[in-house]
Amino acid sequence: MKSLFQKLSFVAAGLALATSTHAADITVKGSDTLVVLAQKWAEVYMGQHADVKIQVTGGGSGVGFAALQNQTTDIADASRPIKPAEKAACIKAFNKVPTEYKVAVDGLSVYVNDANPVKELTLTNLHGIFTGAIKNWKEVGGKDAPITVYSRENSSGTYEFFKEHVLNKDDFAASAQTMPGTALLLQSISKDKNGIGYGGAAYGSGARAIGVKKDAASPAVEPTETTVLNQTYPIWRYLYNYVNPALDKDAVHAYLTWIRSAAGQKVVKEVGYYALPADLQTK
Amino acid sequence: MAITNPGSKMNDSWVGIQRGQRVRPWAWLVEKGIFLVSLSAILMIFLIFVFVAREALPIFLGQVSTASGQKVIPVADMEKLTPAELQAYLGLTPRQYAEMDTDTKRTLMEVKIEELKGISKDPDTALNTVAWRQMIFGHQWSGYPAPVYIWQPVSEVQKYNIIPLLLGSLKATLVALLFSVPLSLGAAIYVSQLANPRVREWLKPMIELLAGIPSVVLGFFGLIVLATVLQKVFGYQSRLNAFVAGIALGLAIIPGVFSIAEDALTSVPRTYTQAALALGSSRWQAAWQIVLPAAIPGVFAAVVLGFGRAIGETMVVLMASGNASIVSWNIFDSARTMTATIAAEMAEAVVGGTHYRILFMLGTLLFVVTFVANLAGDLVIHRLKRRLEGKSA
Repeated sequence: MKSLFQKLSFVAAGLALATSTHAADITVKGSDTLVVLAQKWAEVYMGQHADVKIQVTGGGSGVGFAALQNQTTDIADASRPIKPAEKAACIKAFNKVPTEYKVAVDGLSVYVNDANPVKELTLTNLHGIFTGAIKNWKEVGGKDAPITVYSRENSSGTYEFFKEHVLNKDDFAASAQTMPGTALLLQSISKDKNGIGYGGAAYGSGARAIGVKKDAASPAVEPTETTVLNQTYPIWRYLYNYVNPALDKDAVHAYLTWIRSAAGQKVVKEVGYYALPADLQTK
Repeated sequence: MAITNPGSKMNDSWVGIQRGQRVRPWAWLVEKGIFLVSLSAILMIFLIFVFVAREALPIFLGQVSTASGQKVIPVADMEKLTPAELQAYLGLTPRQYAEMDTDTKRTLMEVKIEELKGISKDPDTALNTVAWRQMIFGHQWSGYPAPVYIWQPVSEVQKYNIIPLLLGSLKATLVALLFSVPLSLGAAIYVSQLANPRVREWLKPMIELLAGIPSVVLGFFGLIVLATVLQKVFGYQSRLNAFVAGIALGLAIIPGVFSIAEDALTSVPRTYTQAALALGSSRWQAAWQIVLPAAIPGVFAAVVLGFGRAIGETMVVLMASGNASIVSWNIFDSARTMTATIAAEMAEAVVGGTHYRILFMLGTLLFVVTFVANLAGDLVIHRLKRRLEGKSA
């Protein structure tokens, strides 16, 4: 019994420590795409600044914005820009438009099985395949085999990005199989000869990323650091951090500045995303 | 102790004294305590249902609409609006309106214009997609050649047809039952009636050990191993489908169904079997024609419980079913179940928004389906029991 009390008091003390108004407690919440990167940033930054505590949680870009609006997080991670409705909700909650910071660049790769002879597809081809208009690989220069389309769950920022930029907001084919994560999606494609899917470059192993052409006349571009950064690869996006302007000071501001500095951007490359172009970085 | 040593006189008299005594106060307390606990379980189920249904209530009552028809008002016209109009246009509560300064309201108007301009010119945006008609029947959306059943909640025009999800749940559950019920029933008959005691000693715990496998592990097994093996055997096209999910789901419900069916078969009085054997039947005949019919109510209960577990299981179907929301009776097509939909989409749904309420409605629906199945099962069991006891024809 005594030991139980001891344990409980330890837990209580730990909780009190964790929730105490530490001068530099930063909470980060949002996109699952960004969570690995955000954790790495926090780890490196805390190693350099012993007085700062950073807590990172995922859940999805929308979850991050909801938390920003309820003021339960300092920084909201997002893999897509804030929506007007979310902006309005923030204004209603704290009378300010959240400040947007671009923090990294992500190239979305289109993956096929290693055995697939198709090497390149145009954006129009991709639109057809993912909306269900193109059903057979031979229509895009492959073997005579039905295409199995793999997509992400509609709660992911990746899903929304792909829908907006590749499908021009059209619906995904109903027959598209949805995977709860990019790792599982790649796993499935690596086991399915006729599979095709999309995902962040950070996870790119197990299946082959395909070259994408803007239109039939332009050359096929494979997603590499150079092609994503000079924007010749057509499917890329910024990753964002949003913050309540009233809270964007002291430790939070210092952290956000560090993220966008050369030191912070070095971490981006280690995790597998792409660093910001030089003009968006802080000195 | 007293009962296992009936020969000892002292123990016998001790039992006699026990019987004659009045009930002790603490025993009374314990009894009432247990009663309260069981009552709280019922209360808990009721409260869960109330809270889930409450979130979905606006959908059931048809109070939610996704139809958009707001007109854009330029920022310059802000002065011309009356406070009440402005408040309604910006969707503010009176208190928010009073506390907000003019500059903030102006920013909010700009954001509102951005929001309204973002809505596409699709004629379907004027349609209320959460009306029952759109949720249950096929609808010919603009740009589609024929009426279709579509579940596509994150979209310009949110499409919430629940038929693909209902069908997906039913398909996976049906496959799971078809696979697991014969297996677990067969195992139950063998273990309780035919196996010799030594085999039974280790066979029963082995089968029940299956219950200890977490469903996420079963799902992963389905996704990685079962899917590949079954595709090689049956040669269908889509690797992840209702069939794979159903088999993995079947593995999850086998221990439950087996356990209850085995209990039911074991509790049939031994005299039945002995009488049958004495009349010259084989052990197999006794088990199949005498014991099984006598245990039918319990066996039926096992199947109903298996159904409830299968339709409510989430992780296995989320991982192994492919989650494509298509309307097809083919079990080799991929399927999206209600539970997987709730699990996958709840994280991003705006709290209190349409999508959020629809997901809670799915939860309510699941609750009702399992409740009705259990109730129907109970009724059938009662009827069977009465018939077996010869109380009615």
